[in-house]
Amino acid sequence: MCGTCGCRDVHVPRPRRRLELQRNLLSRNDARAQRNRSQFEALGLLSLNLLSAPGSGKTALLEQLARRWPQRPIAVVVGDLATDNDARRLRAAGARAVQIHTGSLCHLEADLVAKAVRQLPLEGVNLLVIENVGNLVCPTAFDLGEQRRLVVLAVGEGEDKPLKYPALFRSADAVLLNKIDLEQATGFQRHRALANLRGIAPRAAVFPVSARSGQGLEAVVDWLKAQQPRHGSRP
Amino acid sequence: MHELALMAELQRLAEAELQREGAQRIHRLQLRLGTLAGVDGEALRLAFAVLVSQAPAGSPWRGAVLDLETIQARCFCSDCDQPFKPIDMIHACPRCGRLTSCVLGGRELELASLEVS
Repeated sequence: MCGTCGCRDVHVPRPRRRLELQRNLLSRNDARAQRNRSQFEALGLLSLNLLSAPGSGKTALLEQLARRWPQRPIAVVVGDLATDNDARRLRAAGARAVQIHTGSLCHLEADLVAKAVRQLPLEGVNLLVIENVGNLVCPTAFDLGEQRRLVVLAVGEGEDKPLKYPALFRSADAVLLNKIDLEQATGFQRHRALANLRGIAPRAAVFPVSARSGQGLEAVVDWLKAQQPRHGSRP
Repeated sequence: MHELALMAELQRLAEAELQREGAQRIHRLQLRLGTLAGVDGEALRLAFAVLVSQAPAGSPWRGAVLDLETIQARCFCSDCDQPFKPIDMIHACPRCGRLTSCVLGGRELELASLEVS
């Protein structure tokens, strides 16, 4: 047995050669995402990727949106490591919802979304929301085929959250500052949070809201109604 | 820990190239990683070390080395019509202070080259 590679033959070294590739590691996901986006656009769907830390109120916001969106029902794909709790809550609010169990996967990928969307009846639907796994790091790099990316920052998470997780906040088209009903109780300094957010994501639309009281949600609905499906890949 | 998923994709890409080239061993991989890619270089190194250390005898991965090249962020200020290197995660132009969301580089996450035999 040769000592180099463990083969049973006498090892004859082959010449080394260098292959120039320049291949993006995300290219397979990006291609699948692009197919999703084309499909969503062909179906007349506005598609959103909703991201935040765990517990920021993504599902509560979607329960509100499911009740307020002018063309009901909305469709939701919701990703969690385990349980169907979120999909059940969303169905109770009138949404068509399908749950993705990611197991140990900390983010959604475009092919998981494609499979989940196939399980949703989409006739009469014009808004599809993909509720990502609660995580401010891993989902950032994975395009799912959404036309807009919404990030939720909850009062109580700290005013400097955008500085700690700049990559995700930088990718946001809109940021929902949630739980503003808790602003006084938590001593939250909104101006500091907004200044930090502005530094990281100068072009993102910002909406202070309360998923519990419904405050500020009409502005979100109006902004979403004004969004046109975007063609081409995400920048 | 999405770096594990990325390493699995790196493995898939590299093995496809190996097969296409009719080669049997991977000696070196050069990976370009931008500071804005949202990927932790150390976690990638760890995932790669696991891949190589678990490679059975005869695997193309035995003894493979990962070269990680870090690409710094580069932005563009449309007011000054000049590119600039941001000093921190807030992309403010050093000349006029304007915040920009125009990123020229730093999002790279690519398998630049493979050395095979």
